[in-house]
Amino acid sequence: MVNPNIATIQTSRQFSENIRFVPVTPQYVEEVIEEESPDAVLLGFGGQTALNCGIELSRSGVFDRHGVKVLGTPVHGIEITEDRDLFKQTMVEIGIPVPRSRAVYSQDEAREVSRDLGFPLMVRVAFTLGGKGGGVARDARELSEIVERGLSSSLTHQVLVEEYLGGWKQIEYEIMRDGDDNSVIICNMENMLGMRVHTGDNVVVAPSQTLTNSEYHMLRSASLAAAKHCGIVGECNIQFALHPESERYGAIEINARMSRSSALASKATGYPLAYIATKLALGYSLTELKNKVSGVTTALFEPSLDYLVVKMPRWDTDKFDGASRRIGTSMKSIGEVMAVGRGFEETIQKAARMLGPRHDGVVAPSPARTREALVESLEHPTDTIVFDIADALRGGLSVEEVSSKSEVDQWFVTKLKNITDSYAELERLPPDSLPEKLVLSRAKTMGFSDRQIGELVALDEDRVREARLASSVVPVTKVIDTLAAEWPAKTNYLYQTFDGAVEEAPPSGKRKVIVVGAGPYRIGSSVEFDWGTMNMAWALKNNGVEEVIVVNCNPETVSTDFDMSDRLYFEELTVERLLAIYDKERPEGMVLCVGGQTPNDLAVALEKRGVRVLGTSSQSVEAAEDRGKFSALLDRLGIPQPSWGSFRSPAEASEFCSSVGYPVIVRPSHVLSGAAMRVVWDPTDLERYVLKALRVNPDYPVTVSEFLEESREVEVDAVSDGKTTVIGAIIEHVQNAGVHSGDAIMSIPTVSITKAAKEKIRTYTRSIARELKAKGPLNIQFLVKGRSVYVIECNLRASRSLPFVSKATGVNLIDLIAPAVLGGTLERKTDVEEPKEFAVKAPQFSFLQMEGADPRLGVEMRSTGEVACFGGTFKEALSKAFIATGHKLPGGGERGILLLEEAGDSALSEPLIASFAKKGIRIDSLSYDSPPEILEQTLASISEGRVSFVLSFNTNSNSTSQTLQKVRRKAIDLQVQTFTTVEEAEAVLLCIS
Amino acid sequence: MPEQTEVTKTDHPHRLDTLKSATTDSPLLRVHEASSKDAFLLLQDGSIYFGRGFGSGSDSVGEVVFNTGMVGYPESLTDPSYAGQILCFTYPLIGNYGVPSYKERDAFGLPKSFESGSIQVKGAVVQEACKTPSHWSSEKTLSEWLASEGVPGIEGVDTRALVTRLREVGVMMGIIANGQDLDQADRFRDQLRKAAGYDTIHLVREVSVRTPVVYGTGDRRVALIDCGAKLGIVRNLLSRGYQVVRLPYDSSYSEVMKHDPLGVVVSNGPGDPKLCVETVGCVESLIGSDVPTLGICLGEQIVGMAAGVETFKLKYGHRGQNKPCIDLSTARGYVTSQNHGFALDPNSLSKTDLKAWFVNADDHTIEGVYHRSKPCIAVQFHPEAHPGPYDTNFVFDKFAESMGHPRKRGEEIRSVSK
Repeated sequence: MVNPNIATIQTSRQFSENIRFVPVTPQYVEEVIEEESPDAVLLGFGGQTALNCGIELSRSGVFDRHGVKVLGTPVHGIEITEDRDLFKQTMVEIGIPVPRSRAVYSQDEAREVSRDLGFPLMVRVAFTLGGKGGGVARDARELSEIVERGLSSSLTHQVLVEEYLGGWKQIEYEIMRDGDDNSVIICNMENMLGMRVHTGDNVVVAPSQTLTNSEYHMLRSASLAAAKHCGIVGECNIQFALHPESERYGAIEINARMSRSSALASKATGYPLAYIATKLALGYSLTELKNKVSGVTTALFEPSLDYLVVKMPRWDTDKFDGASRRIGTSMKSIGEVMAVGRGFEETIQKAARMLGPRHDGVVAPSPARTREALVESLEHPTDTIVFDIADALRGGLSVEEVSSKSEVDQWFVTKLKNITDSYAELERLPPDSLPEKLVLSRAKTMGFSDRQIGELVALDEDRVREARLASSVVPVTKVIDTLAAEWPAKTNYLYQTFDGAVEEAPPSGKRKVIVVGAGPYRIGSSVEFDWGTMNMAWALKNNGVEEVIVVNCNPETVSTDFDMSDRLYFEELTVERLLAIYDKERPEGMVLCVGGQTPNDLAVALEKRGVRVLGTSSQSVEAAEDRGKFSALLDRLGIPQPSWGSFRSPAEASEFCSSVGYPVIVRPSHVLSGAAMRVVWDPTDLERYVLKALRVNPDYPVTVSEFLEESREVEVDAVSDGKTTVIGAIIEHVQNAGVHSGDAIMSIPTVSITKAAKEKIRTYTRSIARELKAKGPLNIQFLVKGRSVYVIECNLRASRSLPFVSKATGVNLIDLIAPAVLGGTLERKTDVEEPKEFAVKAPQFSFLQMEGADPRLGVEMRSTGEVACFGGTFKEALSKAFIATGHKLPGGGERGILLLEEAGDSALSEPLIASFAKKGIRIDSLSYDSPPEILEQTLASISEGRVSFVLSFNTNSNSTSQTLQKVRRKAIDLQVQTFTTVEEAEAVLLCIS
Repeated sequence: MPEQTEVTKTDHPHRLDTLKSATTDSPLLRVHEASSKDAFLLLQDGSIYFGRGFGSGSDSVGEVVFNTGMVGYPESLTDPSYAGQILCFTYPLIGNYGVPSYKERDAFGLPKSFESGSIQVKGAVVQEACKTPSHWSSEKTLSEWLASEGVPGIEGVDTRALVTRLREVGVMMGIIANGQDLDQADRFRDQLRKAAGYDTIHLVREVSVRTPVVYGTGDRRVALIDCGAKLGIVRNLLSRGYQVVRLPYDSSYSEVMKHDPLGVVVSNGPGDPKLCVETVGCVESLIGSDVPTLGICLGEQIVGMAAGVETFKLKYGHRGQNKPCIDLSTARGYVTSQNHGFALDPNSLSKTDLKAWFVNADDHTIEGVYHRSKPCIAVQFHPEAHPGPYDTNFVFDKFAESMGHPRKRGEEIRSVSK
């Protein structure tokens, strides 16, 4: 297994004996091939990255030279699906229509096509992922911008200019085909927002809802024919545009690999696509494989759903300054949720709640908007489109109007109207009295939560719940079995619905524990918490728990594979639903400390309602997260901390700041990944960010603390049973304090921390864990400045870096902690030894997709993924990590470095620049006050590929010049990396020396 | 079209309190579920499923069966093979794309989305019947359509629970009662007890044409023995350039041969094949005299019986669009559309001149046969699709070959652009 993603479960020993944490690039993969002499390679399971790397290795003859066989779809087949021209030709040959289009390699050609086809035009980029770089061009200027961006992101410098089919339906099919030409459709899916929005950003419903038999099977036949002619062996996804008022259609593209849609299809149907696809790649035929769900029927069948699923994307566009929140043909979402139900209304409302506590459903009390504003929100959809549709319906727009403005099929709009009508009905109920049984039952079938019903009748959520239970309005559990109950199924893949009468899957009498997963991937909570969830599930099994029940709602995870746990509830992570599951299952307890902030935040509420929370008590969690309590605790223990205060207004904060001196850090309470957190350098910014933080979490005061400049940031992952604490590792950040730990490059073992400081860190960790009576994993963040060590934060739950620490040291911390979580003690009593080898973790950013966003780093987390690489030296590990995240290190020749200088910057960068110059690397620079012609020259040099990376340091301000921002954005669009800290630049320097 | 076995509707308003109190002893009903419901489905085994009535609002008796297809309710509901049955759809949302007009015709002048000229089922059971369909071809809602043809439906039923019951107990007779008091349940129980069993009704007689019907032109003619034929069969023959003469199910050998057919298709249809004595006799003569023959569904069972194979009733049948069949001659697997409650008995097959062609990959039942020496093939599934996948359309090509007219495979990819 070649994958540098350290946080994923895939790179765990359970799944592969031999894992190479190296960049998925031709150079590194070839090295692995040389060392291991594999017989064969699989290219279809590592997304576009693996596929592209495989194509390059095949083209350069590496596979042939080493006698490595490509399993599954042959490379030629992959090329047909990836090369826009070849794809079109192939489809036309077999009579499958395609939209009018032409593949182009230059701006001139693109202009020519635009004259033939007219605007608007869709630009697609060959060999890319998530519609990256592509987009809709409405005029010549937009076309030129997108084509430039597209040409530079394509592996083959090819883009496709195509007629724009915005108002058409977007329909997808998942195909499974074996080498004997047997093929089946696993699932079809309908994109609620049609062709105008990328499927990754779309609300996806499976199966399709508005297709007739004729349309469904017309596209199904076309799918199978297309797969056959591309020579697919294994799995692929095909996308069609279907005219909304006829049976005209066109094939848009094929993904000859496991894709995001395949993962969704797998979870939506219960058909294990990746598993079967691998078997097919190994030469099995569909006829000889079993359906894993039924255990008796064959894999050669098409799942029949007796429920529907709704996938909703999770965006984090609001975390990026300047980023546009518009959604379109290029994907911006970071994660997704999937809801299962028997009616559309209940299912989409579940999905909305799964996105996070911000939503109670698709209807939210919101300030009234003008008709014009509502229409605007429908015509130009943003990440709030579903909620905008509900708002528009509540604002009096008709179903027809909403449908025509939003290009969402009336079927979906009518369903949303049922929800808003039902909401209005609830609003009319008399306050302070419990709704009668029939009303309650209807509201629940429409998908409203107890909390939302409670708000509408001015009653507490608990009162609604009691009333509901008293009139036995309770959800029933249903089984996802791939075959609509036609055969007895062996799975324990479950969901709950109010749209049913008969309960399935009776609870067992075994010793059982519920482990709550992390919910959707988002900035600050990603695969690392899925690693935590699953490792806890396995560790509990090893410690005598007979049945582990997992609850999660993220279709992209391993924890939502039905065969990974004893029971899987694909469900909402809300107090209401977790209580329903708890009441049904009656487990020994619930584990909330391994799924990140989402389950952690539910601990207090669940414990209050009688749930036995395993591990650290919710009071302790609260004590660590409450600034005041935690600070007092540190004082009691005599552990230093930066000065801080909590305030409810900018004026209060201002006084404190003048006493400790700027800069300071401003942060709201109870948030993950530093949302709305800022380093503030002057009183004007102070006011701005204190107000912003108060808006984020109005119930709590804002914390302002002293910012220790030029200090090293260090963190510790440890496990404790309240008495014994075992430290997993001390991790040092490459960047100085001020960069969020999720965005920092970090190393195990530390590079510059003294023995004495490390000793202090260990001592502090032990005393804090003991004082807080921790019974589980914990993470503490420290600042080290000279000889002083300060504690800045402590979290009593599994941290983001837990898989990194576990894999870097070879000691799985979750395994250590399981006995303590079950109420016992740690078996291991000694700290984990520092590894001899270096492991460096580096963040992966997605600024390209965040149109308009400025790629500067700060105390608020922005990265969307991470890698880690190993090396005998810090330098080696660091270099690999850089390359694995897509950086191109400067290597002399034409490509130089571009330095952007803000006012008062030069002192910072002079020595550094001198060092680069000494290596013979050309440095161009641009100042905030450079004249426009220099700016133009600079932009041109980026376009021409003469810049290997940009240096643009965060200076003592939150403002930046427009000029420099423009350059950084241009660099991002053309995939030229920008480094914003001196430490990163020094790290690059180290790597190339 | 068969006559509705309609029960006199009572004039009692449905009284909720009665309904509620009576439900406590029913394990299949939760109290809150009943409160908004005004109809029920009563099964032979005594189990009751409450719901809301839609469609005609009448009462109706039939054999309760389920279909796992997720699309194609207009096709299924007009499939004559469902005559005498109450059809439950396992997909919960039915009627989403409405119902098109019978007037909308395909390239052959046949109704595009229907398999016959009227609804054939005795009733429909769904979780949710869509009241606000959305599709350019839709003319009315599912409920309006059923109402216009006097067929009742019941929605709000936990269809998964019903299907599980049918799977465990086997298909059985049931009654849809609309707008009824639950205290009338005993009366319906009686009615159900007295009703003729599905297997004893000669449904083929009711759905077959009475006199020959001719489709298309030309001298290359295929006779279609109509035991309840789906229009899809006609379409597939027409698309291969044949004229089709659709004949009554009880046509004799000489009546068939009078039309000088190149070959004969024995169609699908409802009920127990053992009741089709006349057809079996005719087919025996056809095979014996080397007339190319294709049997589909019930037609396959008839071909089997003509060759001496026994038939038996499956516990709950095969009805859906996802049924895997293996072609034993090539080991290839195909996804097929199916709708049958009876099947050929494999043990008796070996003693005849028929050999197994297809088997069901799930339960290994016989899904197709061919004759050792005669131009006779038959399939248990529906190669004409409608509803369902087109993957086994080649069966018609095989049949065409046996008639000495190898034809190009039918239009598999339906390219309708422009």
